[in-house]
Amino acid sequence: MIDILERFSGQLLSGAGLTLQITLIASLLAFCLSLPLALLRRSPSAAWRWPVRLYVSFFRGTPLLAQLFLVYYGSGQFRVPLTEAGLWWFFRDPYYCALLTFVLNSTAYQVEILRGGLRAVPSGQIEAGIALGLRKLELYRRIILPNAYRIAFPALGNELILLLKGSAVVSVITVLDVMGQTRRAFSQTFDLSVYFWAAVLYLLMTTIFVLLWRRLERCLTRHLHCRSAQPGKRRGLFTRLSTGVAP
Amino acid sequence: MEWLSYLSFTGGGWGDELLRGLGVTLALAAASLPVGLALGLAVAALGLCRRALWRGLAASFSTTIRGLPELLTLFIIYHGVGLALNSLLKWLSPGATPVELSPFLAGVIALGLVFAGYSSEVWRGAWQSLDRGQLEAAQAIGVRRLTIFRLIELPQLLRLALPGLGNLWISLIKDTALVSVIALNDLMRMANVAVGVTKKPFLFFAVVCLVYWAICLLCEWGLARLEQRANRGFEREGRAA
Repeated sequence: MIDILERFSGQLLSGAGLTLQITLIASLLAFCLSLPLALLRRSPSAAWRWPVRLYVSFFRGTPLLAQLFLVYYGSGQFRVPLTEAGLWWFFRDPYYCALLTFVLNSTAYQVEILRGGLRAVPSGQIEAGIALGLRKLELYRRIILPNAYRIAFPALGNELILLLKGSAVVSVITVLDVMGQTRRAFSQTFDLSVYFWAAVLYLLMTTIFVLLWRRLERCLTRHLHCRSAQPGKRRGLFTRLSTGVAP
Repeated sequence: MEWLSYLSFTGGGWGDELLRGLGVTLALAAASLPVGLALGLAVAALGLCRRALWRGLAASFSTTIRGLPELLTLFIIYHGVGLALNSLLKWLSPGATPVELSPFLAGVIALGLVFAGYSSEVWRGAWQSLDRGQLEAAQAIGVRRLTIFRLIELPQLLRLALPGLGNLWISLIKDTALVSVIALNDLMRMANVAVGVTKKPFLFFAVVCLVYWAICLLCEWGLARLEQRANRGFEREGRAA
């Protein structure tokens, strides 16, 4: 078991780097895209609302693997026009295809999370802002968005973890992330402990992320703690970890 | 309209193959559901035990399962259980021919475990929000524990857990696509085969996506109806939730 770790630790760690890289880049891009789309999703005009609704429903209603195949293999059907448009280098590379798919997928989930957050902003605060004569931009910047993101924060953390785990499907299109490196190592050795170490690596990544996200959340909501501080109600590590990864 | 001929159900069309794949996908999801539900309920019951050891066991099971990619769980089950089975067989009778775990069975076990890991949290949450007075009343009039569970707790648990379980069911359907990677002939893999022959990847994967989408929408609709029915005695609370 240890000898397997010694032999493949370099590959597994470089795989972990790639997994984290894909997850972080995709979720950051999705983070930027989700806000305008979430606002469109709430727009009073149905012509704006419906396309976003369809997009979100499609990407949440289909398997990530199918989306990945649609982008990576599906683009092959349009090779000639894509080459003419100078885009073939992008769709030829499984890494970029995975990134594009994850951005599209995560954006859909984040739009839905953000929509919930925007809806949950206390209307009294918005009315107070209007009464103070804040302009629309100011209203969003100072009242609506800080509140919405604070409410959506735990759900956004869950989405990031789902993306981190979901990113394992890139191994199917030959990207060597943790899963890809693991499958390669297994095919060379037929030793199950490779899977064990991969599991440890994934658990380590998710656990560290959960703890980090909790810390951040506490920081973001620190103005609420002094009022509802309950020193006796500290929960154990297990419950904290397990509630953090809930869907 | 030449692409329609690729999807026809007769002759060279791939419609019938895809339909057969869809059958496998649905069978896989339907077979994993009871495994996951029962196991999840058992883990939730462990998690509410008084003994810290059981609680820790339940918590570490659900944390581990939910921290691992579904694909990794699937590979661990497919290769791991297969190897364990063979070494057990070898130990029992050294001359036996090695068996191979069928991808379908591996899929049912893996998806069942994943569903159990997530649903145990849903069950636990529902269990904790039950009215304790009812349990105490039943105990006071001497109803046996199992009967209490069957007649008092389970009906209410089902109603409370339904929204959470519904979401998990939809993720379960989507996760079945992963089993195509270990060569189960489900919808996803049939599309792969069709692409290999016809060289029309976009067409087939788009169709596959649309089929999954349609199933998910159908399930969402059905679950909304089911929730409505489950909440029929709780008009106001049901709407607020």
